[in-house]
Amino acid sequence: MTLLRVVRAGPHVTVQDGGRLGMQRFGAPESGPMDRKAFAIANAALGNPVAGAGIEVSLGGLTLECVTGAVTLAIVGGGFILNHNARRLGTWATLTLRAGDRLVIRPGPWGSWTYVACAGHLDAPLWLGSAATHGPSGLGGGRLIAGQNMTVSGARVLAVEAAIPCPIWARPRALLHAVPGPQDRFFTAETLTDFATSPFHLTDAYDRMGVRLRGPALIPEGALSIPSEPVLRGSVQVSGDGVATVLLADHQTTGGYPKIATIISDDLDGFVQLRPRDAVRFKWISAEDAVGLARLRARAVQAYMTRYGPKPEV
Amino acid sequence: MTTYRAIADHAVLVEFSTAISDAAHAQVLQLDQALAARPFVGFNEAVPAFVNLLVDFDPLLTDHAQVATHLRALTGQALLSTEPTLREVLVCYEDAPDLAEVARLTDLSPEAVIKAHLAGDYRVFLYGFAPGYAYLGGLPQALRLDRKPSPLRGIAAGSVIIAGAQCLVTTLTMPTGWWIIGRSPTRILTGDPARPFLFDVGDRVAFRRIGATTL
Repeated sequence: MTLLRVVRAGPHVTVQDGGRLGMQRFGAPESGPMDRKAFAIANAALGNPVAGAGIEVSLGGLTLECVTGAVTLAIVGGGFILNHNARRLGTWATLTLRAGDRLVIRPGPWGSWTYVACAGHLDAPLWLGSAATHGPSGLGGGRLIAGQNMTVSGARVLAVEAAIPCPIWARPRALLHAVPGPQDRFFTAETLTDFATSPFHLTDAYDRMGVRLRGPALIPEGALSIPSEPVLRGSVQVSGDGVATVLLADHQTTGGYPKIATIISDDLDGFVQLRPRDAVRFKWISAEDAVGLARLRARAVQAYMTRYGPKPEV
Repeated sequence: MTTYRAIADHAVLVEFSTAISDAAHAQVLQLDQALAARPFVGFNEAVPAFVNLLVDFDPLLTDHAQVATHLRALTGQALLSTEPTLREVLVCYEDAPDLAEVARLTDLSPEAVIKAHLAGDYRVFLYGFAPGYAYLGGLPQALRLDRKPSPLRGIAAGSVIIAGAQCLVTTLTMPTGWWIIGRSPTRILTGDPARPFLFDVGDRVAFRRIGATTL
């Protein structure tokens, strides 16, 4: 058995998996990794199921120590800095921790979230069949706490430590495709134009539930509140004073604020890798074209996975 | 008039009305049930609310137009089960922090507030805010108050809270600006993997009074 000890964990460092699907009707969002593609690549690089449990590391950083056994890790996502014993390296790499080894993960040149996948199975509490941590309640695999031990069952050590290619689409994304609505009708034509032509900036009000943006006021006409309705990851909701918030992995499942737009799913992985004060712009796209783009993007991810993901055992 | 709004690259919001009504909610339940019985290829999940149903899909398998066509064909079919399930929720009103203040604001005695609360005919309209937070409509007129000016933090799970026409039994320790009139040992997050949430949207709910000793 391989035992990893959490020496230090910053805030918002959690266990995640592919997400808790299909529970939004009961008030539980999907949760899961903020950057879903990076998380899947980390698992794939080790031959794990792409939705297997792993660790999401925030800008708060994480220090792990291998107490017993050995395991190969893949660390993929934001460009963080790793110190493996005396060795310094970057993310998008696999490395093997052996008993007594220490790994320090801290913020680096870019990105807000990075992922640690373990070759084998990271044991973590499940809630509703998923290890994804729902941040506000802590339900699921949970937040990592200093002193905590984590076990990896069936831990494997891969023969070579290797770099994992970082595709261009895994980098932070500052241009977001947004489909108007569902309440775009509450905004003037001028405001809808402002939304797609003016820069916005991420603020410090950024966590797994969402991020508030700073930018031109998007004052809704009339309707300050609507009957609470389902909202999604990627909804751009606007409060009465015209401030936009983008809902993310741990979002509330319903809300009564009007949504001026909804960001397409694939753009969100790159969006969450931006940091507070980074600029972002929106580009209107029709729902039809959004589906076309989703299919195009999925083909690129599939091609990457085919090329760099696990090879079928012969 | 029913509208079908395309959302991002992966959802359709079916809206039956812009204002809350029992008729609109009945239409939401009807479509939700019909869809559960006849899902389409690429269907991910449906989320019911007061006046609309969100239908999430896989854009690699279908698109907004195909989904809307499927949903149009299901809209207006008769409800599969017309009699909603009745769920019982236990409530203890003793030592409730806001019972006296609710009595003062409604010009009732605390006992009359309790009687009115127990007399309510509650329906689960939707879940929201946090896992297991089921919004129950049907709070009697006499108890309808605006929420408090500012929310209180750290309100314990199992609190029975009211605001406007709604009542809710909390499932997590969370802030709330609603009035706390009781606490309940009934678990909405059941811990049962086969039925993790006590209510389905559309269920009827009745409260039954218990004393502090049975809590």
